[in-house]
Amino acid sequence: MKRVHIREEVCVTCRRCEVYCTVEHSLSRDIIKAYKKERPRLLARVRVQERGALSVPVLCRHCDEPSCVFACLTGALRKDPETGAVVLNREKCVGCWTCVLFCPHGAITPDPQRHIIAKCDLCSHLPVPACVANCPNEALIFAEEGVGA
Amino acid sequence: MVPKYVIVGNSAGGIGAAEAIREVDSEGSICIISDEPFPVYSRPLISEFLAGERTLDGMLYRPRDFYQQNAIEALLGQKVAGIDFPGARVVLEGSESLPWERLLLATGGTPIVPNIAGRDKEGVFTFTTLEDARRMERFLEGKPRVVVIGGGLIGMSLASALVKRGVGVVMVELLDRVLGAVLDEPASRLVEGVLREAGIELITGQAVREITGKSFEEGRVGGVVLQDGRQLSCGLVVIAIGGAPRTELVKNSPVKVNRGIVVDRHMATSYPHVYACGDVAEGYDFVYGTGRLTPIWPNAYLGGRIAGYNMAGKQTLYPGGTAANSFKYFGYPLVSAGMVNPQDGCEVLVSRQDRSYRKVVLKDDHIVGLVFAGDIQQAGVAFGLMREGVNVRPFKDALVRDDFGLTFIPQGLRRAGLGVSPREMVP
Ligand SMILES: Cc1cc2nc3c(=O)[nH]c(=O)nc-3n(C[C@H](O)[C@H](O)[C@H](O)COP(=O)(O)OP(=O)(O)OC[C@H]3O[C@@H](n4cnc5c(N)ncnc54)[C@H](O)[C@@H]3O)c2cc1C
Ligand code: SF4
Ligand code: SF4
Repeated sequence: MKRVHIREEVCVTCRRCEVYCTVEHSLSRDIIKAYKKERPRLLARVRVQERGALSVPVLCRHCDEPSCVFACLTGALRKDPETGAVVLNREKCVGCWTCVLFCPHGAITPDPQRHIIAKCDLCSHLPVPACVANCPNEALIFAEEGVGA
Repeated sequence: MVPKYVIVGNSAGGIGAAEAIREVDSEGSICIISDEPFPVYSRPLISEFLAGERTLDGMLYRPRDFYQQNAIEALLGQKVAGIDFPGARVVLEGSESLPWERLLLATGGTPIVPNIAGRDKEGVFTFTTLEDARRMERFLEGKPRVVVIGGGLIGMSLASALVKRGVGVVMVELLDRVLGAVLDEPASRLVEGVLREAGIELITGQAVREITGKSFEEGRVGGVVLQDGRQLSCGLVVIAIGGAPRTELVKNSPVKVNRGIVVDRHMATSYPHVYACGDVAEGYDFVYGTGRLTPIWPNAYLGGRIAGYNMAGKQTLYPGGTAANSFKYFGYPLVSAGMVNPQDGCEVLVSRQDRSYRKVVLKDDHIVGLVFAGDIQQAGVAFGLMREGVNVRPFKDALVRDDFGLTFIPQGLRRAGLGVSPREMVP
């Protein structure tokens, strides 16, 4: 399957991925409205973790053996048999945070205000995820495994 | 039709197995039996049901057509009365019987009800099934005060539902703190603070000696008497002191039982072609390096999945599970896993601020237990290192830092875990 590959060595912590992820999943899909009007503010599903010169954008890996899916108490998380994407059914999620504990990458963010989680859905409605499309340095690449960028 | 696979228990474990079997074997017939009449629902959500936040449809763990889609015969509302091991048949109540080639026991747990005087009165409940929640509904109409016996996970889940219903709750816990089995003392105290803030009256170090009747209606709950003689009036009593593996089907059978059904790393019992998983089984606990009861939903599902693969002939090892819990009750996020009250020879790292608390327990530089409270976002990274058995010596002090995350993990490990782009991908 196609995944978002992370090249931490060229990430410059500009956090555009976070911004465009937030906008893409907002109601208005408008940067000003998404940040200034929609409340509670959406949480980005990719988060750049920074320490010294190191900068790692972290987002769901859409694992082949997704422990979040196995752990989910409600059946809200499942791996799409066609695309391989690990997707959330927002209706079913109750915000129990079990998957947060079971994701070994810390890729799931609790959204306590909405009582559901925020996690990457690979922007399945777009040809290329918004974070990848807006990364100025190709620190995020959307590709099959082992295929050159 | 002779079912090839018979699964007793239509919940996390049974469904995990059925899904794994179907990944490997699309033909072999599967029959799932449960004495509960509902399609598979999320058991933990019975508290959301009681709170009025979810209906049965909103609690379904799989879509209603799941059984049909996967060619599974579901015998719901039917109890297995016994098992004929030499004849390889399960005997249903009403004396019909069913042969099997592979059998899975995913019968879960049963609530423990201590011998308290008055426990037979109308208005005394346990709380582990959707039916329990349904029956309790009727008693909540007049908003009676409720006494919850037990400050464990189920008591907590129930209390949160009752508070949402606007019902007064008294929680009586025998130990000197709540959630003693899964939390350490500071974390228990944090939870107690949250409970009290939510208006719950908490009585610790006490047991209920007697459940008393109503005046003029002796058969119905009117109150309780505590060990110290204190009397509390209430209209409902819920006993939630814990569960025991539901092993009735293997009593005096060739299947070896300790506290739960003994299984190996393939989830196989001591009897050929019979498997077990979930709350009824002693699956491998990687923290203790031995089979143990670890009655949580994720372990039941994963154990079931492994059982299913092995039943269908795909040899697979259970990586093991440990007690791992996540709480969101009353809006306070908290997770714990493994050995939170360390044994001798363990190293303990702690950090603490206002309403946030972190603790990681290490043994020989390997994580064996953790508690994250307040901010839990990165707890999964620590739990992942714990499950993978990673030596954390080079970065252990970071584990309890506020900003702990993947950036503290050595590059090789982080990249392998994240599936970071292989070198040849760099343009
Ligand atoms: C209120 C509550 C809250 C919980 N919250 C959490 C939580 O937040 N996180 C978490 O991880 N876990 C939680 N749990 C625990 C979790 O629900 C269990 O670990 C999980 O359901 C175990 O799954 P299982 O498949 O082993 O068995 P069960 O879910 O117990 O299912 C076993 C099924 O087998 C049926 N059965 C048994 N014997 C027979 C027989 N002889 N004939 C026919 N059918 C039979 C039973 O009726 C039952 O339907 C909670 C449990 C409760 C009750
Ligand atoms: S959320 Fe975590 S465990 Fe689940 S698929 Fe994504 S990376 Fe894997
Ligand atoms: S928080 Fe939502 S997605 Fe995660 S385990 Fe709970 S119900 Fe499933």
